[in-house]
Amino acid sequence: MVRIDFNRLRFLVIDDNAHMRRILRTLLHGFGAREVYEAEDGAAGLEAFTHYIPDIVITDWAMPIFDGLELMQMIRQPGANANPYVAIIMLTGHSEKKRVTAARDAGVTEFLAKPISAKGLYQRIINVVANPRPFIKTKTYFGPDRRRNTNSNYIGPERRKGGKADVIRQTPLLEKARAPV
Amino acid sequence: MRGAVSGETSGQPNEDPVARAEKALADLSSEFGGWMDSECDRLDKARCALAKKATQSNMDALFHAAHDIKGEASTFGYPAIASAADSLCRLIEHTPDIDRIPLKLIDQHVDAVRAIYREYARSDAKQLAATLTKRLHEVTREFLLHENRERPEILEQLSPSIVPE
Repeated sequence: MVRIDFNRLRFLVIDDNAHMRRILRTLLHGFGAREVYEAEDGAAGLEAFTHYIPDIVITDWAMPIFDGLELMQMIRQPGANANPYVAIIMLTGHSEKKRVTAARDAGVTEFLAKPISAKGLYQRIINVVANPRPFIKTKTYFGPDRRRNTNSNYIGPERRKGGKADVIRQTPLLEKARAPV
Repeated sequence: MRGAVSGETSGQPNEDPVARAEKALADLSSEFGGWMDSECDRLDKARCALAKKATQSNMDALFHAAHDIKGEASTFGYPAIASAADSLCRLIEHTPDIDRIPLKLIDQHVDAVRAIYREYARSDAKQLAATLTKRLHEVTREFLLHENRERPEILEQLSPSIVPE
């Protein structure tokens, strides 16, 4: 059985609501995390992302200055910052299909609808650490592979738009977060 | 290689991290009543500001207050409030021309949120909330259907969530 040590991961929480930041901080500390940084809007979030270089970003969608979607698009610009491959969990009260699709197409790693639960957040974090998807780069998209499963028996047209796709595999967070035996 | 994964903190190998986090959240819960009160107050202030001056900025502030309540109410222990807040969010978000939203309908939503919170200790609180919320949803739906009758793409956006729970 593989164990991960939350103490080895650095989190950045971005939410304009102070109560929600407190809840997320409480849950993350409960999981065992010790490095939890916070920002209260998109601009501060981008600054904190550049400064702290977190392993995992947990961001709200609706925020002042620029929102979580815009923040994610800025982070995912290849070559624009230190780590466009960072795991991003979008935590939001929006759950309509068009929102989920928009977040997916902007390069979100995991999507978690409010109300938040310890189990839901924990599962998303475990997923980004233990089951990372490779990154895809095309003319029109840069982010985690939006296909969660591959079907080698698929017979049909190529639905991935944007031409040739580069598949970029990153060093898994699991290597950093694996707890010593 | 992936196998089963569990999280832990060094030195506490046998403690379930989810249970530990839930306990930490439970320890924080004594503050939730005050937090819910401040969120309802914020919603009310936003409604008053909008009534004084109907600007996009004031409407955005009202939406934001309702949106936060929708996302937080269940976590704070007031799940019955979330649905009323959700109805207000839908009303604002899916009305093409916000100047056409009747202030009375906004007032009904805000008053419902505050009433549900205020009466939460009552033994019939859930029933009260369900009755208020059901009516809000009905009236809002009628209004949105009318306002978007020539905008099928807006009606389609009201489709259910596909996010796994």
